[in-house]
Amino acid sequence: MRLQPVAAILLRQWYLLRGSPVRVLPMFAWVAIDIVLWGFISRYLNAVSGAGINFTTVFLGAVLLWDLCGRVMQGLTTAFLEDVWSRNFLNLFASPLSISEYVAGLVLASIATSLVGLAVMLALAVPVFGLSLLALGAPLLIFLLVLYGFGVALGVLASAMVLRFGPASEWLVWPIPALLSPFCAVFYPLSVLPAWMQGVAHALPPSYVFEGMRAVLQGRPFAMPAALTAIILAALEIVLAGYCFVRVYRRAVRTGLLARYSAETVS
Amino acid sequence: MPVADSRSRRASRPLSPGSTRPEPSVKGSALSVRGLVKRYGQVLAVDDVSFEVGSGEIVGLLGPNGAGKTTIINTVLAVLTPSSGSIRIGNIDVSRQRSRALAHTNFAAVYASLPGNLTVAQNLRFFGMLYRVRHLSARTEELLAQFSLNTLRDTRCGVLSSGELTRVALAKSLLNRPRLLLLDEPTASLDPAAARDIRAVIRTLAREGDCGVLWTSHNMYEVEEVCDRVLFLSHGRILLEGDPRALPRQHGARNLEELFIQLAREPLAEEPLA
Repeated sequence: MRLQPVAAILLRQWYLLRGSPVRVLPMFAWVAIDIVLWGFISRYLNAVSGAGINFTTVFLGAVLLWDLCGRVMQGLTTAFLEDVWSRNFLNLFASPLSISEYVAGLVLASIATSLVGLAVMLALAVPVFGLSLLALGAPLLIFLLVLYGFGVALGVLASAMVLRFGPASEWLVWPIPALLSPFCAVFYPLSVLPAWMQGVAHALPPSYVFEGMRAVLQGRPFAMPAALTAIILAALEIVLAGYCFVRVYRRAVRTGLLARYSAETVS
Repeated sequence: MPVADSRSRRASRPLSPGSTRPEPSVKGSALSVRGLVKRYGQVLAVDDVSFEVGSGEIVGLLGPNGAGKTTIINTVLAVLTPSSGSIRIGNIDVSRQRSRALAHTNFAAVYASLPGNLTVAQNLRFFGMLYRVRHLSARTEELLAQFSLNTLRDTRCGVLSSGELTRVALAKSLLNRPRLLLLDEPTASLDPAAARDIRAVIRTLAREGDCGVLWTSHNMYEVEEVCDRVLFLSHGRILLEGDPRALPRQHGARNLEELFIQLAREPLAEEPLA
């Protein structure tokens, strides 16, 4: 993999963001709304509940981490969709750019934009609502690693889906985090889910993160086997998503779809 | 009409002795296509096509709509996998060393406009990095000047006229000083003066830069003026090959356009190939 083509994808994303406030605003706006909404809900629950639970960390922390995962996925998918919207596939893939360089560029672009989102979330949640993510200690690094990894896997998979089924399938991509959130047990313990949902949850790395987060906040340790399972699952899912993308790309090259990619030519 | 009507009658003809144009400085093969076949299910889009483009040579790829010109270009650019056959750019096999082969290639096509949300200069920088162009800033300035794009450098491509867009696409296509340049109707949106300038640029590039050019166009006067050799395609086959200034006379046509129309109407060219 060569660095210059990867840097080109990043630079293109920077050009787009720099020249368009419309693209920059969503990086801040939606996460800020989530933090404000859940911040006040947490504050209210802290006031009325005598359960001895710090809802700010449990709920607001969970929202922040889950939003981060969604931001990574959306950042990657949006960077990919920029090429769909500008019908740039022919120019891109008729260049020496390799598919791994392209995907690496998308991943780095999404990590960069999601870090901006994370900074905004922390800037609001810490001073305004007193969120202390540092209370999670060292496991926080594992949580972030797993959520970033899972976000990347979802983003690559979503991009493969758009490449395979056409730009109109973009509308199936955006709800993916919302569809997965009940299984990921973001706000409640896994034990409240029915058995079949727990089965699905065990294949999703974020469920280990949120279980671990609640355990740490209740003074229990984050079990290393669970941490390892989450990391391995996230890594496997990245590899699987990458495999899917390459398969879809090769099919698009074989069938000629890549050269004439537009909204209505794909079935 | 006395034109070749099948692959068996395909003719490769030398440049006309009476031609006043200089001989192309063919110093090797820029592109070598051998036994190229592309099938979409039962439909045969390209049927056992073989040809070469020499370094410094401009070859016109002609044919009616649906003849297979764009399919051939897409397979050369590796955005379409051939069903069989081989493609070499210089000495590099495209199917085995795609990135290396494409580093020496570039293209401009009317249907592949550059991202409209980037400015002219940003597009050139972006694609220059993809092609790993050395001294990119200097090369970008050179091309902006060459294609009179300096005043448009900070304008987004999405608001450019089609003629301006064509100039940007051509500037992009020359970023990496390609050994093989594929041009799909490069002057379709240009006024006659701009089109003449572009033809001069491409001719100079081919002669002095040892760049092989594969040029498709429906403008037969342009083809006659620019191309050293033409390939007539119909239904995915090469029907005829030769010097665009000599071919009409050899086949009883007044000019290349008349020959084109005759070939496009050739009954055998309309045979189903499946």
